[in-house]
Amino acid sequence: MKTKKIFMIIAGIVFGILGALMVNWGNPANMGICVACFLRDIAGAVGIHRAAVVQYLRPEIMGFILGAFISSLIFGEFRSRGGSSPILRFLMGAFVMIGALVFLGCPIRMMLRIAGGDLNGVIALLGLVAGALVGIFFLKRGFHFGRASRMKPVVGWMMPAIMVGLLLMAFFKPGFIFQSEKGPGAAFAPIILALIVGLAVGFMAQKTRMCFVGAWRDIFLVKDTYLISGVIAFFVAAIATNYAAGNFGAEGIYHWGFEDQPVSHTMHLWNFLGMSLVGLAATLIGGCPLRNCILSGEGDSDAAITVMGYLAGAAVSHNFLLASSPAGTGAWGPVAVIIGLIVCIVVASFLTERA
Amino acid sequence: MIEIDVRGFSCPIPVVKTQKAMRDNPKDMLTVLVETEVSKENVSRLAQSRKYSIEEKTVSGDEYVLTLTPPQK
Repeated sequence: MKTKKIFMIIAGIVFGILGALMVNWGNPANMGICVACFLRDIAGAVGIHRAAVVQYLRPEIMGFILGAFISSLIFGEFRSRGGSSPILRFLMGAFVMIGALVFLGCPIRMMLRIAGGDLNGVIALLGLVAGALVGIFFLKRGFHFGRASRMKPVVGWMMPAIMVGLLLMAFFKPGFIFQSEKGPGAAFAPIILALIVGLAVGFMAQKTRMCFVGAWRDIFLVKDTYLISGVIAFFVAAIATNYAAGNFGAEGIYHWGFEDQPVSHTMHLWNFLGMSLVGLAATLIGGCPLRNCILSGEGDSDAAITVMGYLAGAAVSHNFLLASSPAGTGAWGPVAVIIGLIVCIVVASFLTERA
Repeated sequence: MIEIDVRGFSCPIPVVKTQKAMRDNPKDMLTVLVETEVSKENVSRLAQSRKYSIEEKTVSGDEYVLTLTPPQK
């Protein structure tokens, strides 16, 4: 086996262990790491949505982006670039978030939910793959967002700079930052620990190009198993860690099944279609929320705009009652998912080179 | 000799374009102009899996030319 693949598997194992243990260290159940949920909490913390239970400046996100920034500087891979249909990437990013918040998790949390016994995650995984297959249909017909150009370094520094700003606010807690008193936003690991885990994951993900949507895409698009090897390692390590840490069983927080799972609902159709929207939109924008965070730290301003799209999508989700809760989908969540799927397909059709 | 310029495209477009060129011209040598380290790795991995031999040349900074020769049948 090639050295790179071995490194990918090791990175997946480390990430899976950390993803599971972050729950034991304070993060919400089955939410040790969730890029969508954490960005949603950040959107709440800065007040662009006012859902009181999901507001917290999650240092993991700042860690991912700054870890990738540091790693890309060390390995000489930092490249300031951008200009490949930013408005469409923003929109697709928003739809990724809307779909993720209908299911209640990004593709990483989806794997962690399954690793914590939540079988609703399996339905979502089928949806994610279905969405990715639709994305592949367009990729094979020449879909792309156009070329990016090189830009002055300062453009690429903006995202890491914004993360430093958010990190300072996480440490010094100015009065205008919202902080949940109950709910998932009030469950968090110690700030330094969360930052260190974030930096470590950001560093590894930058180096390995880990991606939780690209992994499934590459199996079908190029029959390549490099990315999926990291995801499988992540998943196996997370299950093993959950058993080893005593999270399953009578004393634990997890059990196998569909019902009564933490921060989860059992509306199978919307778990499937919500994640289909994530699979489709993420395939079009070239990667999962983690991957776009990493790229935004490497100087890719198109990815930075995508991350801004995630934050906007989170705000829209909670302001317009699209986001699900353990009780089920939000009032307008299903409508938003259908609109998202249609918009993605229409946009992709316009950007396809040959019919 | 088929030339493909995938500079500026982000993942996975460089791979998709190279794969299409391979499919359309299975007997031809391909030169792929790529820009980032990631694209270079991804296109190289595709070429390896399709048993192409790869010759890599750095044009400037982070611009590379990959010359891909199809396997002899």
